[in-house]
Amino acid sequence: MTSIKLKLKEKDVQQLKEVARSFNNEPGELINVLHKAQDIFGYLPAEVQEVVAQELNVSVAKVYGVVTFYSYFTMLPRGRYPISICTGTACYVRGAEKVLDEFKRMLKVPVGETTPDGKFSITCLRCVGACGLAPVVMVGDKTYGRVTTDGVKDILKEYEDAE
Amino acid sequence: MELIKLKIDNRTVEVEKGTTIYHAAKKLGIEIPTLCYMNLGDLKIEHKPGGCRVCVVEVEGRRNLAPACATECNEDMVVHTHSIRVLNARKTVLELILSDHPFDCLICAKSGTCDLQDMAIKMGVRNIPYQGEKSTYKPDFSPAIIREMDKCIMCRRCETMCNDFQTVGVLSGVNRGFESVVAPAFERDLDHSECTYCGQCVAVCPTGALTEVDHTTQLIRDLADPDKKVVVQTAPAVRAALGEAFGLEPGTLVTGKMVAALRRLGFDYVFDTDFAADLTIMEEGTELLDRLGRFLKGDKDVKLPMLTSCCPGWVNFFEYHFPDMRDIPSTARSPQQMFGSIAKTYFADIVKTKRDEMVVVSVMPCVAKKYECTREEFSVDGNPDVDYSISTRELAMLIKRSNMDFGSLPDEDFDKPLGESTGAGVIFGTTGGVIEAAVRTAYELHTGKDLEKIDFEQLRGIEGIRSASVDFDGTEIKIGIAHGLGNARKLLDDIKAGKSEYHAIEIMACPGGCIGGGGQPLHHGNPDIIKARQKAIYQEDSGKPIRKSHENPYIVKLYDDFLGKPMSEKAHHLLHTHYFDRKQKDVLLD
Ligand code: SF4
Ligand code: SF4
Ligand code: SF4
Ligand code: FES
Ligand code: FES
Repeated sequence: MTSIKLKLKEKDVQQLKEVARSFNNEPGELINVLHKAQDIFGYLPAEVQEVVAQELNVSVAKVYGVVTFYSYFTMLPRGRYPISICTGTACYVRGAEKVLDEFKRMLKVPVGETTPDGKFSITCLRCVGACGLAPVVMVGDKTYGRVTTDGVKDILKEYEDAE
Repeated sequence: MELIKLKIDNRTVEVEKGTTIYHAAKKLGIEIPTLCYMNLGDLKIEHKPGGCRVCVVEVEGRRNLAPACATECNEDMVVHTHSIRVLNARKTVLELILSDHPFDCLICAKSGTCDLQDMAIKMGVRNIPYQGEKSTYKPDFSPAIIREMDKCIMCRRCETMCNDFQTVGVLSGVNRGFESVVAPAFERDLDHSECTYCGQCVAVCPTGALTEVDHTTQLIRDLADPDKKVVVQTAPAVRAALGEAFGLEPGTLVTGKMVAALRRLGFDYVFDTDFAADLTIMEEGTELLDRLGRFLKGDKDVKLPMLTSCCPGWVNFFEYHFPDMRDIPSTARSPQQMFGSIAKTYFADIVKTKRDEMVVVSVMPCVAKKYECTREEFSVDGNPDVDYSISTRELAMLIKRSNMDFGSLPDEDFDKPLGESTGAGVIFGTTGGVIEAAVRTAYELHTGKDLEKIDFEQLRGIEGIRSASVDFDGTEIKIGIAHGLGNARKLLDDIKAGKSEYHAIEIMACPGGCIGGGGQPLHHGNPDIIKARQKAIYQEDSGKPIRKSHENPYIVKLYDDFLGKPMSEKAHHLLHTHYFDRKQKDVLLD
């Protein structure tokens, strides 16, 4: 074991505290505050969870419990273009797994991780409510429907030149 | 209060609105089996997640079976608690739980006292039809508690104790589905959490998922070593509970038999932590009088209220959660540590034994003491004052293993000099006892008068927070008492806010004090057992010829021959300690 402590940016921490205050530091708002925290930091490392716990006066264990319960939350840093593949029932039946495998193959990273250049990360989601378009892939806020394995490289291409 | 009538197993019962089916059935003498449910009555701890569904019953007119522990009664409800459908459902529930449970019963520390095992026996489970993948978690060995989460059935009782009752907040359900487990934040091990080692999670865990660290193997090795002098001390609360492990009524005092058993196990000297409790009173009581005296003379810097410091669970709690207030507890060490310190100096000299040839073992109702004796400040050149501590449960197991018929052992007396104690030492075992013992001595030392009445009824009871005042010959001393760390937190918040009026506060981490300690025979959710132990403690006190610590002749002799006087330099060195700020520990990542 090593004792590395992540240094959070003071300005981000202040913003997070503000968010907590806007929810009246209510313990019942834990999930909402975590959502905003993930928006600010991109992910929820232990240090961020500790700040949330302190601001809402709940135990860190409880915060961690919630973070690990919802697949939406992530403790690993995400890429600038986070790719989420829906693996809900409809998408799964329509070949989501093959699509996922293709992303993993092309980007050479497993689920939950980020490419070394920090550009892409891969996560899985449960039903995103667009079953008619299954299988569904999201890159950031943008949704792609009826994705095929061949379509994967086209999606990645869109972001090739972007920074 | 609205009453409703319903029928359970064809018998009519009338209950208050809001009563659960479980309690209504109990009123009729029908015991519905439960696993996750827990209700500690007067201690005001209730846990009903309705999760395990072992308690299901059939309610006429409902399609699904209902969990009795979490379903309220309705007017004219008709309930069947043991129809074929119910029995089958319960068995299926249990088979499902067992399908993800290791079959370690033969070598499990909980075997014989495990609720899950009992339930499997009761339901007649003979095979597990569902064989699936089993969860595997890395076991977590801390200095006091072992977590083997493979054995966890997610009843989440431990969470209720840790979060709601103790407000320590170390444990939480994490992950979901098959991977869900109860764990500290970031699934660190307990040793890297803010765990106080109070052991209350261990005391309520129905399975072998949470157990205390076992020292009996080491103990047997030491007892067998002819080059070692093995000295034992027994805490006050042990004698009021040990008998339960041998089928005696809760509240049976077994002091004499316990001593006889320890002697037969091969200890060279059988001593009493109560002696050290008397010593604690000399030091703590003197410290209180010193602080009070200065306060009354107008010294504004004096730290009041003074908090007791004999409970290591509580000490851990304030070091983590209130480190900025660590200068207000008494600096007196716990009786366990005072004993070790005196045994390896004063007593070792008397019997001409070298420090490293002496092994000091303690028998404690406590899990935190296992951790406490590993603290570095309580050792000399790497040799600990107390080598290790075993729980009441471990002692019971050792006695059973040695084939002694506990019930027919004679009553024997502790050895001298560290086995002589007063009634004041005995009541350390219950909430309110430490402060009563302190008051008995402080009063007489302060006023120079004999107490007319030794019993301070106003300090006794089982309420979580109590307050009382005692007249010190014209000076009113205000006293607060809390047991359970959640209750302690309330009093501490008041002090922090400058709202506390107390001069002295006694705090114990466990419900009822040490009688309800994490190392005691399991109460299996019956709070009456804790009250029975409390009664036994006061009974032992009132039967003692000497009931005030400063009148213990061996304590007087110890000061005359060795320590000088309370709070002397030597006493400071051997009997006092200092506390740490443990809030800012570095976050450890794997
Ligand atoms: S020993 Fe006490 S503080 Fe530690 S996890 Fe158990 S209940 Fe919580
Ligand atoms: S560790 Fe024990 S008390 Fe805690 S949830 Fe698991 S089985 Fe229940
Ligand atoms: S109350 Fe007693 S048993 Fe409980 S932690 Fe404190 S000293 Fe140990
Ligand atoms: S299952 Fe993928 S959108 Fe519903
Ligand atoms: S005991 Fe009722 S659901 Fe577990």
